[in-house]
Amino acid sequence: MRTLTDHAVTGLAVLATVLVVAPLVAIFVYLVYKGASSLNLDFFTQIPKPVGESGGGMANAIGGSAMLLGLGSLIGVPIGIGGGIFLAEFGRGTKLANAVRFTADVLNGVPSIVMGIAAYSLVVVPQGHFSAFSGGVALGIMMIPTICRTTEEMLLMVPNAVREAALALGVPNWRSVLAITVKTASPGIITGCMLAFARVAGETAPLIFTAFGNAFWSSNLNQPIAALPLQIYVYAISPYEDWHRLAWAGALVLIVLIVLAVSLVRYVTSRGVLKGAS
Amino acid sequence: MVIAQVPEIRIHQSQLLPAPGSPEEKRPAKAVSREISAIRAFLLSRGNSAMADRGFHGLMVLCALSIFGIVALIATELVLRSKMAWGQFGLDFFYKAYLDTYTGQPMYWDPVNGHFSALPFLYGTLVSSFLALLMAVPLAIGIAVFLTEMCPRWLRAPLAFTTELLAAIPSVIYGLWAVFVLVPLLREHVNPWLIKGLGWTGFFGDDNPTGLGFLAAGVILAIMILPIVSSLTREVMLAVPHSQREAVLALGATRWEMIRMGVLRNARIGIVGAVILGLGRALGETMAVTMVIGNSSEIHRSLLANGSTMASVIANQFAEASGDLHLSALMEIGLALFIVTIIVNAFARLLVWMVTRGAPSSTH
Repeated sequence: MRTLTDHAVTGLAVLATVLVVAPLVAIFVYLVYKGASSLNLDFFTQIPKPVGESGGGMANAIGGSAMLLGLGSLIGVPIGIGGGIFLAEFGRGTKLANAVRFTADVLNGVPSIVMGIAAYSLVVVPQGHFSAFSGGVALGIMMIPTICRTTEEMLLMVPNAVREAALALGVPNWRSVLAITVKTASPGIITGCMLAFARVAGETAPLIFTAFGNAFWSSNLNQPIAALPLQIYVYAISPYEDWHRLAWAGALVLIVLIVLAVSLVRYVTSRGVLKGAS
Repeated sequence: MVIAQVPEIRIHQSQLLPAPGSPEEKRPAKAVSREISAIRAFLLSRGNSAMADRGFHGLMVLCALSIFGIVALIATELVLRSKMAWGQFGLDFFYKAYLDTYTGQPMYWDPVNGHFSALPFLYGTLVSSFLALLMAVPLAIGIAVFLTEMCPRWLRAPLAFTTELLAAIPSVIYGLWAVFVLVPLLREHVNPWLIKGLGWTGFFGDDNPTGLGFLAAGVILAIMILPIVSSLTREVMLAVPHSQREAVLALGATRWEMIRMGVLRNARIGIVGAVILGLGRALGETMAVTMVIGNSSEIHRSLLANGSTMASVIANQFAEASGDLHLSALMEIGLALFIVTIIVNAFARLLVWMVTRGAPSSTH
């Protein structure tokens, strides 16, 4: 009887695993199957055609996404890394550091839509119109907690002896942190940034009422701008067959980018972050 | 003699007190746990670049403090912008309906006449999140048990990677997949069967032929929160010391009994924390839910009916809100969502932290 229960539970666990893996496989199969058939050169070079005309692409959305992400990184990466350096190098074990760590974790769990309305009331309302800048702010804020925590973890892996060696040579503390500790941990920090990047690259909710979307080319920070996930959302809920195909193609492009980033992170971290660094 | 002042040098130094005269001395309460070595403190106190050091330190503190700043900024903005709705409806906003003058039916969300009540959205959020947890938790624990206790070694890394990948897929792609694959599947195959078999309970009404609704939202949410719940469950299960497993096995237990008594019982607080963290995700999940829940601002008992969650109504109506009061009401929903997710997340983090930090050292 007990052996029977044991076997039954093993079976259930295997079943659960299969059930978890199944949707992932299904999503990928559909993405490749539907996306690849509508992916062509036009997708990367053309802007969307009006309803009724077939063809067209998402070039402006890809460019817009790149711009928003660049802006977000400009805000999120320095602040995130700075916070991480504080946690690992200066505040170790203090109450302030614990509070910062906890707040970062909690901020990580705040829904992206709340970030969106916060950016709306911070930037869009004073400006009076939707803009690429407000979208970048929303994405940047979302990157901070992730980067902060991964930077801290990576810095903690640097052995204390390395720091002491630098200080023993008479290097000022700030240079020892930047040129020795951070540099030693830099592969890990970069992967952390990429992880945060991959996470916000697919965010749609904070962009609906900040970047807003745009059917044309735009490189003006003060104007609404298109973004790939936003475009996918708009096309997916539209009633037009042609737009659905474009949405699948866009989703395929987005997921390939994200999977590449995540795999790279996985590869770097599995090789040992600090290998050959010190 | 200068050398006489140099403190003793040790590499493993956590129990050392800071050097005399160093800035660290000002915080004596935490001195024992601070991992700053004596030599470092000594060098810090007399470098000729003390100004630059202090400036750099200040800059990093500023970066860290900006995280508090962001939370405070979000909170104040949301409070200020939702003042109008709060002043108009007060606490009624969260539980009261008003009766329509013509039909006598209860109405909740009526931008045209300026009546707003968040009740249907609270209900929708709770129902869809609860459905998601109902489906995701057993599966997550199952896969965590499989990965930590049963899985052959060669399969472990790819499976863990796969669940991680599931977490990296953007919400909007889940939504896209749900709209074109999951909803038709539910409509054609699952819903008719549910209506036939369980229609008498009243939870599976036969009045929504679209396939959208709470059930679709619950299923896609379950898929989306699985990775975080399972990876955290795995983490707390790995934190259970091996001696516990060996002790139970030594008493002649089968593998399942070992898992039940040795692992799950020890990790239960952490698992609860993981589930609550999953709940936090489900509460705030926006895009995929918006695309499949049907977006109606009414309350239905049927799980197959259309509804809305707090996040989805914001995503849907914010950009085209019909007036200041409407906007303010949406902001108030956002504020409520912000507060609830912060509480849920803080609580969950505390539970997970208690297990992964506290348990191994105390049980050894």
